[in-house]
This record gives sequence, structure tokens and C-alpha cells, in this order.
Amino acid sequence: MIKAWKRFAQNHGAVIGLIILLLVVLVAVLGPMFFPQSPWRMVNRPFLPPFAVDGVPLGTDAVGRDVLIGLIHGARVSLMVGLVSTVVALLIGVPIGALAGFFGGWVDDALMRFTEFFQTIPSFALAIVLLAIFQPSLFYIILTIAIVSWPPVARLVRGEVLSLRTREYVEAAILSGQTNLQIILRQVLPNALPPIIVLASLMVATAILLESSLSFLGLGDPNVMSWGYMIGAARTVLRTAWWLSFIPGIAILLTVLALNLIGEGLNDALNPRLTRRSE
Amino acid sequence: MIRFILARLVKAVVILLAILVLNFTLIHMAPGDPAAVMAGEAGATDEQFLEDLRRRFGLDQPFLVQLWIYVKGAIQLDLGYSYRRGMPVAELLWDRLPATLLLTGTAFFISIILGVIAGVAAAARQGRWGDTIISTLALLFYATPLFWIALMSVLLFSVVLGWLPGFGYETVGANYTGIERVIDIGRHLILPATTLGLFFTAVYMRMTRASMLEVSRLDFVKTARAKGLKPRVIQRRHILRNALLPVITLAGLQAGQIVGGAVLTETVFAWPGIGRLMFEAINQRDYNVLLGVFFVSAAMVLLFNLITDIIYVLVDPRIRITQ
Repeated sequence: MIKAWKRFAQNHGAVIGLIILLLVVLVAVLGPMFFPQSPWRMVNRPFLPPFAVDGVPLGTDAVGRDVLIGLIHGARVSLMVGLVSTVVALLIGVPIGALAGFFGGWVDDALMRFTEFFQTIPSFALAIVLLAIFQPSLFYIILTIAIVSWPPVARLVRGEVLSLRTREYVEAAILSGQTNLQIILRQVLPNALPPIIVLASLMVATAILLESSLSFLGLGDPNVMSWGYMIGAARTVLRTAWWLSFIPGIAILLTVLALNLIGEGLNDALNPRLTRRSE
Repeated sequence: MIRFILARLVKAVVILLAILVLNFTLIHMAPGDPAAVMAGEAGATDEQFLEDLRRRFGLDQPFLVQLWIYVKGAIQLDLGYSYRRGMPVAELLWDRLPATLLLTGTAFFISIILGVIAGVAAAARQGRWGDTIISTLALLFYATPLFWIALMSVLLFSVVLGWLPGFGYETVGANYTGIERVIDIGRHLILPATTLGLFFTAVYMRMTRASMLEVSRLDFVKTARAKGLKPRVIQRRHILRNALLPVITLAGLQAGQIVGGAVLTETVFAWPGIGRLMFEAINQRDYNVLLGVFFVSAAMVLLFNLITDIIYVLVDPRIRITQ
């Protein structure tokens, strides 16, 4: 573990990513405490450019809402949706992959056909259809993102379990009379953890992108301010107030970039064998 | 080869049928009356109209009978009626499909060609500044929201610099014909196709680079070096040919995302394809159109997959032997 941390710390990109992410987390956690006012409230004249008036450092949008407050509250939504939807996707994908890999045979066949089906259909279009039918709310947004992003988890876990289940310690556990559930939970899954962690960190990034794309199209929760919504609302005034689209986009870019850098760093740190091969 | 393609076609048909069942289930899972869902906002108030819909789709009959009516209709290319637009959904989709095929096809080829070239270039300069620059750019494009990069390119190339048109499919009212029209559409195509392709260029670049480096460590490459072949020849003839296989597989897998990304790109650029149609249908809660676009985009993905499968077989003779 200490070795892995050292390898992670040697990767400059990963450290930069971690610093950016910590800053975003800090803003998301503490920001709303310092700026408790609603991001939907009008604070000043509309279309104030950044740095033009004291008190609204990033300016105001088309109806006079404070852009900085929106960014701060949006950070919380983006991180929350990214994190929770990834956890839900893991809760769907890990059991399916573990069952398929452990039992093999027709269970494997059936589960993998199911997974393949979800991987083939255009996930973004499915997400749009699901949200349009079920009315956008944070609950459904998280559920939808999880529904379209679990298949890679299932495939990864299946592969790991397939290669782990023939190991001697698993056979020993079978001989010692442990139940299948015990073996999967205690022997197999803990050893499959490193690649799952790497994939999960990249999935948080993808989930944040997906959430912002859906909010951009107007499928966000109408009660929460999010970065994607801010860009979507500013789209029609691009010519006159470009900064309204530009600023939230930078926020998304930095957060997603940070998560990708961390994911690569984790990959190098946790799977050193793989890295040496692909370098 | 023919058996292989046939097997793939059968699989594609099964998936399309499964999507129809999924669509039908979604209509029924939606909150409220399925007839009202099908009518969208248009018929929500007219009770007589809803009654007609119920009778036509057998909504008073058992679930499986309804499903059969729905699937039978879809097989005959009846994807329902858009009461908002007063047109059959199939006709709407048919009108909009060429623009989307042009956009996604162009973006697909741009991203494969640029991605492979950049990946080969980066792998050849592994660890040096050329590699660092290409890899960093790829990382940036990989993390940028598609709709944002589309907006920013409209801002830069259309609003500020005025080089290229920022929206639409062709110049309205210009009435170009022949070659002039082709050039006009081409100019409108550049920005949307490039922005849609950028993310995938980054994906293919990273894949090509990793794959090139992996293959370059194999024994047959050492043999080729020992024979005294020029590095360039080894790179092109020996490494690239083998490194391309995983990239082709990935290209097929990514097809679904390109089609999905078209919704965002077409929305920003007012490109008159099925993606733009989907965006309009979201705001109008026109569920028949939404489900229709979903169905057609899945069919497009299967088509892209089939094409990459065929390319794969053509490129890798080993697969033909095992078939």
C-alpha cells in the first residue's frame, strides 16, 4: 500500500489531478456554507461581465443570477452525481460480473448477453429517453447514469473472477467448506479490487460529463443549479455573453481532467505489472 | 465470410427486437396513461382522441397482445405518429437521417485517421517532447465536454474569425446547385464533424499509441530489426499492421457514442439530423419521436458494428481460417 502511494506520488500528472480535485471538493463542501444564498436569486443587473462590478466577481447571467454562486453550488451537484451514480453502477455491475465469472455455463451466457445488449445500444440516447419519460430529478438522473454505465464494470469483474477462481487459495476455500457467497465476497472480490478502483475513478469522470450533457439538453433536475444547466441556459446568448458558457465549461474540464489524471496515476500505482508492459 | 456476416445480421435483428420490447415497456412504465404518453402533449386534453388511441393500440387488451401489436407495427416500419408535428415518425426520421449519417460518418473517419496518425507519431517519439505534446492534447480533448467544445468553436471560428458558418446545413436562400451546393454543405460540415470527432480522435490516439508500443516489443519486430530493415519500414509494415487490430475493435465499440454525441453536436450547430430532432422532441415531450430516434440510432450503431466487423475480417486473415 505504501509502495503504491509512493508510485502514485511520483506521477506528476496524478498529483496535479489530486490537488485540483481536492480544491473542487473543498469548494463543493465548504462553498455553500460561505455562500448560503440560493443560486437562483437575482442579485444584480443581467449580463454583467466578470470583474466589472464589486460583489459579483464572475458577473451575472441573463436574468441577473450570480455566476460564482452558481459555480459553487454546481460543484456540489457534479461531484455528488458523479460519485453516487458510480457507486450505484458498481452495485449493479459487480454482482452481475462476479456471478457470471464464478458460475460460468448458462449463467455466464445469459448475464453476458444481457450486458452486451446494454453495451451495444447507444447509451446517451437511452439516457435521454429514460429521463424524458421519468421526469428529471436528481434521483432519476443518478439512476439513469448508473443504468447506462454499469456494463464495463460487469465485464471487468467477470474477467478478474474468471482468472482468480482457479487459484489455489480459492480451491482451498472450497475444500474448507465455505459457501459460494463467502468465497466470492471474502476470497475473490477483494483480490479483484485494484482494477475496479481504477475503473471507478474514470467512471466518476464520465458520469460528470454525462450529467453535464443531460443538463445542457434541459434534462437536469429543475431545482438544482448545475454546470451543464448554466451552459445550456447561456447557449442562446453566446454571441453577446460568451463568458457565461465559457466559465462553467472550464470548471467541468478541470474536474474531469483531474479525475482522469488520478485514474491514470492509480492505474500505474496499483497495476505496476500492466504499466511496465504498456509503456 | 458470408456465414459470419449472416450470424452478425441475425444477432443485430435480435437486438433490434429487444429494443422494441424495451421501448414498449418504457411507454408502460411511464407515469400516467400509456395513451397520453403516446399522444405527448398534443392530445393530453382530448378524451375522445385518447379513446381512439386506446382502441387502435389495443390498450384495453392484455400486455402481451399490446406488445405484439406494437412490434408488428414497428416491423412494417410504423414507428407511431407524432401528434405534435402531424407526421408519421418514420417519415420524420427518414427526412432527417441523411444529415446525421453524413455528420457521424465524416466524424468517424476523421477521428480514426487523425487518431491513428497521431498515435503512430506519439509512439515513434515515446518519452520525448513530441509525444508529450500529443499525449497532453489527447488528455485535454478526452476531458472536454463535447457540447462545450462545439460552442467554443462556434464562438472562435464563426463569431470572432468569421471563417466558417456556425449553424445549419447549407446557406438558406442561396439556392446553390451542383458542385456549389456540395462545397456549401461541406463548409457547414467542417465545424460539427471536427468537434464531434475530437473526443474520439483522442480515444483512438491513446489506443494506437499503447498498441504500437506493445507490439514493438514482440519477437518478430526484433527479427525485423536484426535483418537490418529500416525503422520506418518496420513501423509501417510490421508494427502498425498488427497494432491496428485492437483499434478497429474499439472503433466498433465507440460507434454508439458517436451516434449519441450527434444529439449534442446537432443541437449546438442546428444541424437538421435525427439528433436535433431528438432535442426538439425532449422539449415537446414527443415520446413517439424520442423512442423512434432511439430505435434508429441503435440500428445505426449495429450498422457501424457490422462494417467494423467486416473490416476486421478483411484485415486479419487469421480470423478467416478459424471461421
